[in-house]
Amino acid sequence: MSTRLDKRFAKLKAEGRSAFVTFITACDPDFDASYEILKGLPAAGSDVIELGMPFTDPMADGPAIQASSQRALKSGATLNMTLDLVRRFRADNNDTPIVLMGYYNPIYHMGVDKFLAAANEAGVDGLIVVDLPPEEDDELCEPAMRAGLNFIRLATPTTDDRRLPAVLANTSGFVYYVSINGITGSASPQARDVAAAVARIKRHTNLPVAVGFGIRTPEQAAAIAGAADGAVVGSAIVDAIASQLDVSGKLKSGGAAHVLALVQSLAQGVHGARVTAAE
Amino acid sequence: MNESSTLNSYRSGPDERGRFGIFGGRFVAETLMPLILDLEAAYEAAKNDPDFHAEIQDLHTNYIGRPSPLYYAERLTKKFGGAKIYLKRDELNHTGSHKINNCVGQILLARRMGKTRIIAETGAGQHGVATATVAALFGLPCVIYMGATDIERQMPNVFRMKLLGAEVIPVTSGSGTLKDAMNEALRDWVTNVENTYYLIGTVAGPHPYPTLVRDFQSVIGRETKEQMMVREGRLPDSLVACIGGGSNAMGLFHPFLDDSSVRIIGVEAAGHGIESGEHSASLAGGSPGVLHGNRTYLLQDDDGQILEGHSISAGLDYPGIGPEHAWLRDTGRVEYVSATDKEALTAFQLCSKLEGIIPALEPAHALAYVSKIAPDLPSDHLLVMNMCGRGDKDVFAVAEHLGVKL
Repeated sequence: MSTRLDKRFAKLKAEGRSAFVTFITACDPDFDASYEILKGLPAAGSDVIELGMPFTDPMADGPAIQASSQRALKSGATLNMTLDLVRRFRADNNDTPIVLMGYYNPIYHMGVDKFLAAANEAGVDGLIVVDLPPEEDDELCEPAMRAGLNFIRLATPTTDDRRLPAVLANTSGFVYYVSINGITGSASPQARDVAAAVARIKRHTNLPVAVGFGIRTPEQAAAIAGAADGAVVGSAIVDAIASQLDVSGKLKSGGAAHVLALVQSLAQGVHGARVTAAE
Repeated sequence: MNESSTLNSYRSGPDERGRFGIFGGRFVAETLMPLILDLEAAYEAAKNDPDFHAEIQDLHTNYIGRPSPLYYAERLTKKFGGAKIYLKRDELNHTGSHKINNCVGQILLARRMGKTRIIAETGAGQHGVATATVAALFGLPCVIYMGATDIERQMPNVFRMKLLGAEVIPVTSGSGTLKDAMNEALRDWVTNVENTYYLIGTVAGPHPYPTLVRDFQSVIGRETKEQMMVREGRLPDSLVACIGGGSNAMGLFHPFLDDSSVRIIGVEAAGHGIESGEHSASLAGGSPGVLHGNRTYLLQDDDGQILEGHSISAGLDYPGIGPEHAWLRDTGRVEYVSATDKEALTAFQLCSKLEGIIPALEPAHALAYVSKIAPDLPSDHLLVMNMCGRGDKDVFAVAEHLGVKL
């Protein structure tokens, strides 16, 4: 079965480009403002959208994404509202893949089957759930694959060759290589290290490898995109949202345009890079 | 839910996936997963190494001051007029609580694994102090994450940790309590995964932590069993311990789980009362969920967002509970009850006046429940309560609650 993610990565490969993967937190700072940014992402150059599911205890995230989760929750965000956001986006866009990213508890609390049915119906393409390693695959990964959703696994510098096959076994859509040991938005990776890591992963899988954590500028994005099939930017975009809030925490008028302009400049970095890691 | 009829033993868990029934597991980011597997292997090897046990034994005897006494609390017994009350005096341990039992075990494990930096979370500061103590003993740098709210209500322990050479990092995210300190410790660990050992203070977190912390704390129950045989020639009839994450309770309970004549009771913190919603009683007021690496009972809202606990005791103020407790509750082997802030304050004062023992606010919750059940029990009923910490750290907070200006 070919999913939106498969099609998108195949198309990019045919065009000889890397994917620009953008992360925002759903309902940050609130539903309407978040929708305004979300719907503008494809035109600004985003090839794949990661939409964060807000959670009170984002243990693998740095201050920027922690704060975005807090803002969203303060505005009343729920998992159902995240799915509504996807549904609304899908009404006008049937091509750009959306991957939900977050932590397991809100999904577990809703009920895995109920969540998967709702996610499918809303037009979600894949899931990244940070606190579900392969050891817990029967929780969500296997049911998600049966439901036709991609389950995207994180590989990290600590994932050694012994462990890599297990990590990749039930991965689909793409592999998300976390380029540093750490939390989101912290130290920046070196393109040379990333190229070596991507090559190592590609010895074990034919899936595209996108690289994230610590990419903040168009130059960094270009360097990473040259070494991988995709570059993920999250904290820098989320910080741009934070910079566009008024005293009451609402997105200022023109705020969405400001955020999307940053996305556009990052996209130019990614799309200008030559793909050297495609094979 | 009741598995008790089919179980041969309550002491065989967890299974190979680190689960107690549906609870427990390894719900962590991939970065940590290889580390957790290393820790499991290192612990298995250590468990089978007599040298490891000898090292622990030596520290128990010569550093902590174990065994801790099993003390017959005659005046409390008379006051309640029923069960014969014994206190397991783990508050007499070096550093003033049971937390040190776990810390000596884990620091020896960290050294075996070649780790050169220790991190920990702390709520009341007892675990932070115990961790800073063993880090000082072995000359390892130590970073303690502590919620900003807790730092305010536990100033003496903060200074103690600093004296011991630890760096105390205030955590302002969330409500600035134990749960947020644990998030921040996990963030540190994920960043410094190569050289750092995360010394978790309670029977929670990803497998194998709930198991190894339980094993290191089980010395409490093993000693109690031996001491009671010497004192009374038989097993106790009931055990009572307070529960935040549940490490002192698990340490007392575990050696007795298969002794079916022993009634076992865990006391959660009811804060302003379970019905008020302001409490830290995950079993009484929560539901199963996944947080901090394990599935257990959690305080959470309709959307699976974690709620802030409340308790007068910073050490019980955690919205979760160890997974083995969650399982023991569902199997029915252990009874879980609760005591309010107010009841704990009353027990705190009573114990101080009658026994000359100022208890920590945490075991004051256990004593509050003992005061409810003891009067109706016969005089030959042997009840053991775990006095898991001393109250020096709490005197300022208690004075404030009682409206006394120091």
